[in-house]
Amino acid sequence: MREIPMTVVVNGEKHELTVPAWETLIECLRDRLGLLGVKKSCDVQVCGACTVLLDDRPVSACTVLAFEARGKSLRTIEGLARGDELHPVQEAFVEHGALQCGFCTPGMIMATVALLGENPRPTADEVKHYMRGNICRCTGYKRILEAILDASRRMSGGAKGNGGAKGNDGAKGNDGAKGNGGTKGTDGR
Amino acid sequence: MAADRLTVVGRSVPRLDARDKVTGAARYVSDLVLPGMAHAKLWRSPVAHARIIRVETERAAAVSGVLAVLTVADLPVKRLYYGPAYRDQPILAHEVIRYAGEPVVAVVADSEAHAEAALAHVDVRYDERPAATSAEEALAPGAPLIHPKLDRAGHFRDLSGLRPVPGTNICQHFEYERGDLARAFGEADLVVEDVYRYPALSHHALEAHCAVARVDADGLTVWAGTQHPFPVRKDLAEIFDLPLAAVQVVVPLVGGAFGGKCYTKIEPLVAALATKVRKPVRLALSLEESARTITRHAVTVRLRTAVGRDGTLLARQCEVVLDTGAYADIGPRVATKTGYRAPGPYRIPSLRIDSKCVYTNNVPAGAYRGYGVPQVTWACESQMDVIAERLDIDPLALRRKNLLKRGEEYVAGDTPMDGDMAEGLEQTARAVGWSAPLARGRGRGLACAMKDGGGTHTVSTAVVRINADGSVALLAGSVEVGQGARTALAQVVAETLGVPFETVVVVPPDTSITPYDHGTSASRSTTVMGLAVEAAARDAREQLLALAAKLLDTDASALAVGDGTITHGDRRLTVAEVISGHYGLVGGEVTGVGSFVPGKWSGTLGGATVFWETGMGAAEIEVDPETGAVKVVKYVSAADVGQAINPRECAAQDEGAAMQGIGPALFESRVSERGQLLNPGLIDYRVPAFTDLPGELDSLLIENADGPGPFGAKGVGEGGTFCAAPAIGNALARATGVRLTELPMTPERVWRALRAAGRVENP
Ligand code: FES
Ligand code: FES
Repeated sequence: MREIPMTVVVNGEKHELTVPAWETLIECLRDRLGLLGVKKSCDVQVCGACTVLLDDRPVSACTVLAFEARGKSLRTIEGLARGDELHPVQEAFVEHGALQCGFCTPGMIMATVALLGENPRPTADEVKHYMRGNICRCTGYKRILEAILDASRRMSGGAKGNGGAKGNDGAKGNDGAKGNGGTKGTDGR
Repeated sequence: MAADRLTVVGRSVPRLDARDKVTGAARYVSDLVLPGMAHAKLWRSPVAHARIIRVETERAAAVSGVLAVLTVADLPVKRLYYGPAYRDQPILAHEVIRYAGEPVVAVVADSEAHAEAALAHVDVRYDERPAATSAEEALAPGAPLIHPKLDRAGHFRDLSGLRPVPGTNICQHFEYERGDLARAFGEADLVVEDVYRYPALSHHALEAHCAVARVDADGLTVWAGTQHPFPVRKDLAEIFDLPLAAVQVVVPLVGGAFGGKCYTKIEPLVAALATKVRKPVRLALSLEESARTITRHAVTVRLRTAVGRDGTLLARQCEVVLDTGAYADIGPRVATKTGYRAPGPYRIPSLRIDSKCVYTNNVPAGAYRGYGVPQVTWACESQMDVIAERLDIDPLALRRKNLLKRGEEYVAGDTPMDGDMAEGLEQTARAVGWSAPLARGRGRGLACAMKDGGGTHTVSTAVVRINADGSVALLAGSVEVGQGARTALAQVVAETLGVPFETVVVVPPDTSITPYDHGTSASRSTTVMGLAVEAAARDAREQLLALAAKLLDTDASALAVGDGTITHGDRRLTVAEVISGHYGLVGGEVTGVGSFVPGKWSGTLGGATVFWETGMGAAEIEVDPETGAVKVVKYVSAADVGQAINPRECAAQDEGAAMQGIGPALFESRVSERGQLLNPGLIDYRVPAFTDLPGELDSLLIENADGPGPFGAKGVGEGGTFCAAPAIGNALARATGVRLTELPMTPERVWRALRAAGRVENP
């Protein structure tokens, strides 16, 4: 059994962990750190329910190994709101009724945060394509689209909320990794 | 109460669960962790039909961390078989394997990984037998008999009249006839006959089936993502020979269900494992395993219709065959309902319906959003357009002519039509731009359908507790599967009691705490549970007013309630003051109870429906002649909701349902080969993705406050799924002249049909 020591910053908090080489990130987050907002559905990088941000980039925690987060920073749904104050994306999801069972919601919101970080004013088509790797079986997507466009307006208007700036540091560039399903590799089906 | 007086009902208040769901605080069964909890994994059969000869478990039991490796013979249960219609499904395969994917052996270990590792060491010897892996095969002479004997469950009254056909694989045969069929067909100006096929589908709720069980001195507790906590409790009580009070079924939030979590599924197995190992046990299926647990019925519909020259429907013959898989689950009732609804929402004097529910060696099929209506609507509404085309009548006009009017009878003894479908369809057509000019390669189509809503012979009870601080707890067994039931019910309570919405808390379903409810299905919660909740709130309100009247030394009828305050002239008391005033301390409470008891059972055909749930849909599509790809440019869905308790959530339900109809219209289907499911997971089974969202997706809510539910509400949630496939199919036919009779309308199928019709060149 190969155990790998690692340091990882999760939602701003530093953790020293030792993980088996084969432990997936979702197991690490859920079972080790108790971050149960990260949801598992397809387990094969198709549905996006497990989307978290690894150094601000969206990844499927079900198919990333925990040690790959070594020395990096992770952001999960639990790290999005500031105390009682929701992130503008969360606010928009609530206000637009962009959730029903809510099982896709954490992943959907994290992917949205990544999208708006890369592209603060996406068009409807850009949203649909970027978000293609996040499946929602309940809502029919329409309200999610509206929520995302609204969050984009709020965040780039700079009116309120706390999350807009974070993704705007230009670090992510346009390498197209996400444009085609990218890091999450979800267009292969 | 006049609609303009409503303060909470009719408002799109945010869902009660929204904040938890966007922050990751929401907890589902799959998030539950109990101290000392063990984990189970299942060894599933690789073959569709076999006799089990021997099961070797020793090597698996020796794997580190393994607590137990069990076959059905090891389970500490009083009864092995369960099922809502027939007790035909063993908790683990018993002597015989009836479908590929059926659980045969359960491994319990200290971790999921250890349980998984042990599965490789389970050795099952079996003797394979011929299998029937389609309804046609199962109905053919000489087909293997999948269940030689049937034991009726007798749980539900409407299922006591099941008619299996002995010596065959038919587990329910539903028939209905009226009028003079032969004469009508003889005198008709036009007779059309077609066969339509609808494939099996996977629910693929994002949260797969999961249950956790614990046994202690007080009895058995099962946490499950189920739509039917009370029927599950009853099954568990019988299986373990326990009083109902010693069985507790708790349902936290559920990550989607769509019928796939109706009735008992993995709960008896988990409970048996927990009993055996004397530890809490969790069984979390993968999405692929959920797809091997339950499906939507594949259905074949033969429809023969007699029509007059002016488009008047004269007679219709509907033959429906449903593949219900290896275990009946609720299939027999689905078959009855599918048959019952097969003729469509039309006035048809002569009718013959024949619906058969057939056992096969496939994954069991059960409830799925609409109970057969999407399948028969695909047939019925496609054929309406065939008729319109042959008679050269506008499809909308043809439907208008034949649609049942408000107050008209569908079948003698059942509730008359309770809405105005022609008007609704007209609005839907207008919204899609029915008569506007079309661009090249485009077409428009529409469809409509209805189902008896609210469920058959169902009961709901509710309790409303007004606490000493004026806050209100609603105890109702309706499960929150995402549909927003808990929010809508809280709105009904707040409105009825005259208290602020924010003061109402809805207690999650727990059979030991919340009073009895039949289940969460059939679009029934807002209407049926809604009435029970409204009655409970009224009861509480009357008691509260009586207490206030005493305190104010006046008559209850002289009091007004609103905003949490009781007023009498210029004297006011808060709810909290009334309660503490009565009890003389800061404590005590007022408890209101209410129930919905079904009306008289009329027998013939499902009895009196609570309300008719309608679905209307219209599509504008674009066809790519090079590839056969169909793109939905615009889709309009309409739902008659009577009175929307929460308009935004009603429309959201309808939109979600429409997308769940567009999936099977264009690409969703289960692909199996000799009983082997080839696309169990989301890699190969394509559900609608963000990019499948039509250019425009609209939902019209029709509100005439004419429903039987609280404030005139009618159920919503299934209707939106009915019409997408036929509306798109009709649009395709109008755009290209090519009509498909089999779903899904994949690019390949469309392209081949175009080519066969000479619409595209051979490459
Ligand atoms: S669970 Fe990770 S992508 Fe589906
Ligand atoms: S809200 Fe249920 S899967 Fe998206």
